[in-house]
Amino acid sequence: MVELSGPAWSAVAIGLMALVTYLCRIGGILLMSRVSVTPRIARALRALPGCIVAATILPVALASGLAASLALAAAVAVMAIVRHELAALAAGLGTVALARAVGL
Amino acid sequence: MAAPYTPAGCRHGARLCLPLTPGLLVFGAAFGTAAAQKGLSLWEAVGLSAFVFAGAAQMVALELWREVWTPSTLLGIAVLTATINARMILMGASVQPWMRGAPLAPTALTLFLFTDASWLIGTRYQAERGNDLGVLLGAGVALWVLWVVSTVPGYLAGSLVTNPRAWGLDLVMPIFFAIMLVPLWRGMSRALPWAVAGVVALAVQALVPGYAYIVAGALAGAAVEALRDG
Repeated sequence: MVELSGPAWSAVAIGLMALVTYLCRIGGILLMSRVSVTPRIARALRALPGCIVAATILPVALASGLAASLALAAAVAVMAIVRHELAALAAGLGTVALARAVGL
Repeated sequence: MAAPYTPAGCRHGARLCLPLTPGLLVFGAAFGTAAAQKGLSLWEAVGLSAFVFAGAAQMVALELWREVWTPSTLLGIAVLTATINARMILMGASVQPWMRGAPLAPTALTLFLFTDASWLIGTRYQAERGNDLGVLLGAGVALWVLWVVSTVPGYLAGSLVTNPRAWGLDLVMPIFFAIMLVPLWRGMSRALPWAVAGVVALAVQALVPGYAYIVAGALAGAAVEALRDG
């Protein structure tokens, strides 16, 4: 077995992770610049941000329990009313801290 | 016409990161602490934050970190990083129309600094008819500085962040994600793709270990919108 020890190989690991991450960052741009955007693809692209958000938070909300679900609901409600990120974030964090403090 | 990068846009983007600052500092410090506990040097911890700049991937990579590497462990950490960060491919695709024709150098830098948070900030800004790519760049720079700087005290102090969970700080990013549904909301008739995305993500998360669920759910939702008539 090849053994690669020393700080230089940790730097290689960091470099590999950085390279792979940058490829993910530019991958969607490169891909879409080679696709001709039909009306269907344009619609899908417009729907994509909301879909990414939904696919990210729904599993988290259910996996993190009732406190997390209440916090997300409170944050969305405050955002819908006042349209201010900081207020909504504070409402969400306040809700989860309170809910966990009382043992939810 | 190509979207511009203006200094005013950069400043605006940096300002939009303000609500995230406390949570980001705590998470950067938590990563520094975890890296110290796993035996990384300070330079390795800071190097990960500076060059990889992806919180979830950095945290998980610590679980695979080695004193002695082999070609297969190096490959393993690269593949794991790709699976965690694959969601960025979709985020990039969603901002591609905005970046079309933009100058290469600032766009390459903006993409190096592209994260969930700057994508959310940029998407919100664009949903409200903003067109200045400086917002995306400025947000990226601000988040990068905060992330890299916060890694150091976390590494050195060790127990700076004892229990972020008690304060709900593990939910900062999920909450920030959820908030973004409000400016993106275009009425019930446009909500079906979101519902499909959420349900498919849940199903994939239950069936497939790892991080495929975000990409699978988001693609399913976008496909539903593409197949809709009219």
